[in-house]
Amino acid sequence: MNVALWVVIPYVALTIFVVGHVWRWRVDQFGWTTRTTQVLESRLLRLGSPLFHLGSFAAIAGHALGLLVPKGWTEAAGIDDHLYHLVSVGAGTAAGLMVTAGLALLLARRLTSPRVRRTTTRADKVLYAVLTVVILLGLTATVGENLLGGGYDYRATIAVWFRGVLTFRPDPDLMAGVPPIFQLHAMSAWLLAAIWPFTRLVHVWSAPIAYLWRPYIVYRRRAPRATTT
Amino acid sequence: MRVLAQVAMVMNLDKCIGCHTCSVTCKQTWTNRDGVEYVWFNNVETKPGVGYPRRHEDQERWRGGWQVDRRGRLKLRSGGRVKRLLGLFANPDLPDLDDYYEPATYDYDTLVTAPAGPHVPVIRPKSAITGEDMAITWGPNWEDDLGGAPEHAPADPNLAAMAEKVRMEFDKTFMFHLPRICEHCLNPACVAACPSGALYKREEDGIVLVDQDRCRGWRMCVSACPYKKVYVNHRTGKAEKCTFCFPRIEAGQPTVCAETCVGRLRYIGLVLYDADAVLGAARVAGPRDLLEAQRRVFLDPDDPKVAAAARAAGIAEDWIEAARRSPVYRLAMRYRVALPLHPEYRTMPMVWYIPPLSPVLDAVTGMGADADDPDNVFHAITDLRIPLGYLASLLAAGDTEVVAGALMRLSAMRAHMRARAIDGSVDEDLLAAAGMTAEEMEEMYRLLAIARYDERYVVPAAHREDAAALSAQVDGCSLDGEGGPGMTGFHPAGLTGRRPDGRLGLRLFTGRGGAA
Repeated sequence: MNVALWVVIPYVALTIFVVGHVWRWRVDQFGWTTRTTQVLESRLLRLGSPLFHLGSFAAIAGHALGLLVPKGWTEAAGIDDHLYHLVSVGAGTAAGLMVTAGLALLLARRLTSPRVRRTTTRADKVLYAVLTVVILLGLTATVGENLLGGGYDYRATIAVWFRGVLTFRPDPDLMAGVPPIFQLHAMSAWLLAAIWPFTRLVHVWSAPIAYLWRPYIVYRRRAPRATTT
Repeated sequence: MRVLAQVAMVMNLDKCIGCHTCSVTCKQTWTNRDGVEYVWFNNVETKPGVGYPRRHEDQERWRGGWQVDRRGRLKLRSGGRVKRLLGLFANPDLPDLDDYYEPATYDYDTLVTAPAGPHVPVIRPKSAITGEDMAITWGPNWEDDLGGAPEHAPADPNLAAMAEKVRMEFDKTFMFHLPRICEHCLNPACVAACPSGALYKREEDGIVLVDQDRCRGWRMCVSACPYKKVYVNHRTGKAEKCTFCFPRIEAGQPTVCAETCVGRLRYIGLVLYDADAVLGAARVAGPRDLLEAQRRVFLDPDDPKVAAAARAAGIAEDWIEAARRSPVYRLAMRYRVALPLHPEYRTMPMVWYIPPLSPVLDAVTGMGADADDPDNVFHAITDLRIPLGYLASLLAAGDTEVVAGALMRLSAMRAHMRARAIDGSVDEDLLAAAGMTAEEMEEMYRLLAIARYDERYVVPAAHREDAAALSAQVDGCSLDGEGGPGMTGFHPAGLTGRRPDGRLGLRLFTGRGGAA
C-alpha cells in the first residue's frame, strides 16, 4: 500500500508529466499559450492575477527550499530549527494567503463574468478544481499544523522522500507516519503534475526570460536566401 | 548601408467616401471567425472622431509606440524590458473589449421558427461573445459621418492638441474618412514588445506578421502598438494582425482592401530603405523632424549606387525595377504629397496618407468664396487653422507647414490641369510656388486622378527560386490552425498530429461550444 501510494503514483504522475509535455510540445505549438482573457475582463484580473502569480513564485521558491535543500545544509549555514521555522511559516503563510486570494479572485472572475465563462474549457475547469484543492490543502498544512499547531518537521520525512523520488531511490516508509494533511497535499500535487501538460499551465515553461537580452526588432526571412545566379 | 525592400501603401484621403467596402472584404477574408468577432484588420474611421478602439491615439493613456528618454535613447513608452515583463500578469495598458465594442448578431432563427401568431416575429440583438441579449451602444465606427459627433467627437485626442476649439455643429465643422490598416512599421513597437519573439518583420518585403505557433499570448504587442492594430483572439488566446494579405502580395496582387476599394484611393508599391539608418532616424529629438528623418531612410531606386547595394543585398532585379516604378515612392518622396500617420509615435509607419483638400474647400465655400479659384484655396490653406491644425496633428506631428505644402501642391495640380484643359495655358508662377515642373504635375495628376490599376499597384511577385519554400508553406501555414484565419479544415490531423504534409499540428484545448 505504501509502495503504491508513495512510489507508484509519483512515478506514474512524473511519467505523464514528462511524456505529456514532450508530446504536447511536438504536437500542439498552436495551443501552447496563456489563453489570455484580459481583453474580456480586466478589473478583477488586474488584482487577482498578480496576486496569484507572485504568490505562486514565492510558494514555489519556498517548496524548493524546503524540499530540495537538505536540512544539513541549512544547519551548516548557521540556520537553526527555530529560525528556519520562523521564516518558513511566516513566508509560507504570506505566500499561501496571496495565492489563495488570487485564486479566489480569478475563480470569481471566471464565474461572474459571462464573457470569461464562455471561453472556459473543460481543461480549465479540471485545472481550477485541482489547483484549488492543492492550494487549500497546502495552506491548511502550513497554517493549521505549523503556525497554529505544534509544527511538523517535514524536512525530516517528506523532503527526504521527495528527493528520493527525484533521485530514483524512493523510500515509501518515510511517508507512513506523516500527518494526513501533508499526505493529501502531496497526493494532490502529483495529480496536478499529471494534468499539467494538458492544461494552459504549459505557459509556465515559456516564461519569456530571453526577452531581457534579445534585440528589439526581430527580422525573419520568408525563404532561405536564394543563391545568386 | 543595408538595403531592404518594404511593401508600402499610400491612401488618398480626398477620395475616400467612407463606404467601408475595404473593411467588409477584409473581414470576410481574415476575421470572419469566432474569437475575432470584434477585430477589424482594416477599419474606416470618421475624423474628427474617437476612433477604434476608443481614443486609441491618446498615448498618455495607452502608452503605445516609442519615446526618447532624457539620454536620447529610444524606449518603448510602456517602459523598460523588466518593467514590462513584470506587467505580464496583468497588462496595465490593454484595451478592454468595451474599448473596442461588443460585437452583436441577431437571433435570425426566430424569424423562421416562431410559432404562428398575430404578430410578426422580431429578432433581437445578441452578444456575439456571450450569446446573451444586449443593447447595441457602440461600434467600430459609431460616429459614422459625424453621427453623434457633438457628443463624441470632442473626445478625439487630435483635437486636444489644437489651440482653437473645433465646433461640431453640422454646418460649421469638417469631416473626412480615415481607413486604417497595420502600418507595417520600419521600427515596429509590437515586434519590440513581444516577449516570445513571435512577431517579426519579414526581411524580403517588410510585412510584419505574428508566428501563430510561437505566440504565447502575453498580449504585450496589443498595448505596444500605438495604432492598436494587433488584436487578441480571445478564443485561441493568441495575437493576430493585418497580414498585408501576404499570400496575395507574394503572388504579385494587391491586398484585398486595395483591390476592392471602390474609390481607387489606395496605392501599393515598394520602397527601398536603409535598415541600418532606421534606429537613428527614429530617435531624432524633435517630433517634427521625424518625417524628414524617415524620408532620409528611404533610398532613391534610380541612384545607381543604391541599385548596386540592393543587388549586393540580394534584392532581385525585377524588384529594383518595381521600386523605380513605385507609386508609393513617387507620392511620398518625389511629389511629397503623402504623409505618415502620427510620425511622433516613432515607429516609422509605412502606410502613408495624402491629406484631404475637401475640408479646406468646404471652408472656402462656407465663407461664400469660390472654391475653384486657386487663390482663394491658397489663402484658405494658410489662413484656416482649424482643418490644417487637425490634419497636422494627424499626419505631421503638429507641423502645419508640412500639411500646407502637400495641400498646396494638390491644389496647384487642380489649377494647372484646369488651365491646361480650358485654354492650354501654363502658369509658371503656380508651378514655381508648388516647386514642381509641369511634367511632374501631369504625372502626379495621372497617378492621382486617372489612377490606372497597373500604376496604382506595382507589386512584384515573390521569387520563383523561393517557390519551393513558399509552396511548402501553403499547406502548413500556421494561420490554418483551429480558430486561425485559414481554418477551413483542409488538413485534418489525427491523434499524432501528423498532417499529410509531414508537419505537426493538432487542435487541443482551444475553445469549445459555439462554432469552435
